[in-house]
Amino acid sequence: MPEAKLMQGNEACTLGALAAGLNFFAGYPITPSTEIAELCSEELPKIGGKFIQMEDEIGSIAAIIGASLTGRKAMTATSGPGFSLMQELIGYSAISEVPIVIINVQRVGPSTGMPTSLAQGDVMQARWGTHGDHPVVVLAPGNVRECFDLTIKAFNIAEDLRVPVIVLSDETIGHMREKVVLPDYKSIKVVNRKAPATPAGYLPYKADQDGGVPLMAPFGAGYRWHVTGLSHDETGFPTNKGEVAGDLIKRLMRKVEKAEPVIRDYATESADDCDVLVVAFGSSAMSATSAVRQARAQGVKAGLFRPKTIWPFPEEPLRELAAKAKRIIVPEMNLGQLVLEIERVVAGKAPVERLSKVNCELFRPEEILKAIIGGSK
Amino acid sequence: MSESLDYFRQNRLPHIWCPGCGHGTVTGALTRTLAKLGIDKNNVVVVSGIGCSSRASGYLDFDTIHTAHGRAIAFATGIKLSRPDMKVIVMTGDGDCTAIGGNHFIHAARRNIDITTIVMNNSNYGMTSGQYSPMTPTGMLGTTAPYGNVERPFDLGKLAIACGATYVGRSTSYHVQLLGELLEKALLNKGFSVVEAVVGCPTYFGRKNKLGGAVDMFTWQKDHAVNVKAAAVMAPEKLEGKFLIGELYNQAAPEFTAQYDALIESVRRKFDNFQGGVRGCAQNSD
Amino acid sequence: MRTEFRLSGSGGQGLLLAGIVLAEAAILDGKNAVQTQSYGPEARGGSSKAEVVVSAEDIDYPKATDPDFLLALTNDSYKTYGKLQGKGLIIVDSSVCLDPDIKARTVSLPILDTAANVIGKKVVANIVALGVLGGISGVVSPEILEKAVLNRVPKGTEELNIKALRAGLELAAKAKNA
Repeated sequence: MPEAKLMQGNEACTLGALAAGLNFFAGYPITPSTEIAELCSEELPKIGGKFIQMEDEIGSIAAIIGASLTGRKAMTATSGPGFSLMQELIGYSAISEVPIVIINVQRVGPSTGMPTSLAQGDVMQARWGTHGDHPVVVLAPGNVRECFDLTIKAFNIAEDLRVPVIVLSDETIGHMREKVVLPDYKSIKVVNRKAPATPAGYLPYKADQDGGVPLMAPFGAGYRWHVTGLSHDETGFPTNKGEVAGDLIKRLMRKVEKAEPVIRDYATESADDCDVLVVAFGSSAMSATSAVRQARAQGVKAGLFRPKTIWPFPEEPLRELAAKAKRIIVPEMNLGQLVLEIERVVAGKAPVERLSKVNCELFRPEEILKAIIGGSK
Repeated sequence: MSESLDYFRQNRLPHIWCPGCGHGTVTGALTRTLAKLGIDKNNVVVVSGIGCSSRASGYLDFDTIHTAHGRAIAFATGIKLSRPDMKVIVMTGDGDCTAIGGNHFIHAARRNIDITTIVMNNSNYGMTSGQYSPMTPTGMLGTTAPYGNVERPFDLGKLAIACGATYVGRSTSYHVQLLGELLEKALLNKGFSVVEAVVGCPTYFGRKNKLGGAVDMFTWQKDHAVNVKAAAVMAPEKLEGKFLIGELYNQAAPEFTAQYDALIESVRRKFDNFQGGVRGCAQNSD
Repeated sequence: MRTEFRLSGSGGQGLLLAGIVLAEAAILDGKNAVQTQSYGPEARGGSSKAEVVVSAEDIDYPKATDPDFLLALTNDSYKTYGKLQGKGLIIVDSSVCLDPDIKARTVSLPILDTAANVIGKKVVANIVALGVLGGISGVVSPEILEKAVLNRVPKGTEELNIKALRAGLELAAKAKNA
């Protein structure tokens, strides 16, 4: 019987990664993510895994892509400044379809900002930080247990779709300790990438259907294939043909679009019959949950929609709820990022109100409650 | 020769390098050395960055990866740490390795990770048409040094030695025999090995600096390179304007991935009752 | 019922650990608990804050909103957080000068002195404080607190820490009887 334990968010991310099969970690120290590297340095050698502290965050993401190519499950963890440095190679992972997981424990930015304080300002960067059209999946845990669950999910999606997956945590979720009961490990489903059967006729980037994911051979297994960040054809070698390069981008984007209904993850509370729908993610959602419960206790029909997959955004379920709501409130610890996507999805079906906060302190529930009740009167 | 041809992806040839470029010569020297050592094609990873040098990976019949600018050694570090049993070779250039990739280079040397790094030094950024690099000699012209380079160049050999590389050599695309000998020792060295190959870039560096054509550039290499053994007994004034070739350093030291594997062994003995990790999870079950 | 604690003092006093042990004790008792803190240069001196929320029910919001118990071991932390204190009790170290402008109910206990002079180790002030908080709040039993302390403290320091915890519980008992 799994026992209840007081666990930190960053610790839960690490344990989730290990449960998913993590056996390679490269990182560079940065607050507020360091506990993840520290725990990996301690745990990985015990299971024959590898840990390396690289010379910077660019080297860290480069090393995990290299490790992943040999068939390992590889991860790095960072925060704002380091995440910015990693952007170029997120694109490399996307175009070369080498699975990696990045934990970004968000802190206040821009630049060095406030290393030990809370913000959720990397929502757009997580989606569009690297140049060019590219696929990426971003998951946002809303409590410590979800740090565990969503890191497993991040690895499973990365392996299944061969995409970079970002776990968008934040300073509050990463550092808080909460009572957690981990699931029985036997109940955890782990996905491993699909490998080709034989080197004969192997085309490393041949996808057999719309939005297909090519089979991936590990380096060192006799396939002798070529990987490049240049636009390439199905052989993996560079192409100068615009049409081929365009088809590659379309396939890369399509594979995530197509998987969206399957990987989609969100939670709701009292959302089916609400007048005021609060849409919040990560640590803001903890305040929002409290506010919605208090509003209900006061007889106000409030509800919560909490996306766990941020990118791709779970459009369909939100659109359905938006059709029934009179107002939508979006509290986030930035000056309005996820709200832009929500406005796009809701498309005028209900007024969308921004509740932005950038003073580094988690929303107090009454701040959101005030917005819920204030506007309803 | 036929054996070393087997290390090429012949369907990817001809290469894109200009006539007179030394990169092909260096790549040929590498394949001949690998053939001589009888190294299994399936046990080699060639990692390259960005630039003319880095196109080499595409022509070689191994697991190959053409990474991002400056990052080849960092990718290679992940690969080597994951698969210490594989031979990991980085093919890079003076700009890729010592400017944008300088940090990874010095740290790989410090760790003494078993990677053989071949730096094709053509004294400029050829792929982007001849800008000056950290290894362009002072006073020479580049498209971003129209009045002559005012910066001082790196001495890559000294840099590598100072940072902890355990095998360092330098040759040129003219001294192919020596280049092969150095590559052989570098590939056999259990640690971070650096072989600098001074090559001509007649298209940009040569033309910009009016050094003549490909043959003139080979002649320049011949006239200006002095073997380190000969240099040892030469008067300093005789060495003015020359550069040293040959084995510059060869000193064993503990290798990083072996040290890490030893750490794993000792940690595992201490924690053999560890129950966490992947054990017990359902793999690929729907 | 939600019980909120705010533990404040200066960096290095070990209040984060006290908060963690308190939360772990609550979990051992079958309750829910969340622990948060302010991180930063505080860890190297300066004021420090840890919070613990304990409840039999689901805890949605992890921070203290109106602490039932504020522990303040230094003048600075007393002034900073005492002003914010509403309904709850303030527990200060006896070295702290009380401020007439701070209206919340306050008890002053010799926590630092007990650690330094009764137990003989300044470093266990956090465990004395834990005993005080546990005893005054009654949120978990002394037996469970002892178990939680033993789960966390380094080997070889068990006896010392249990002594410190009991000294804190005694201070709490005296304060309650007074």
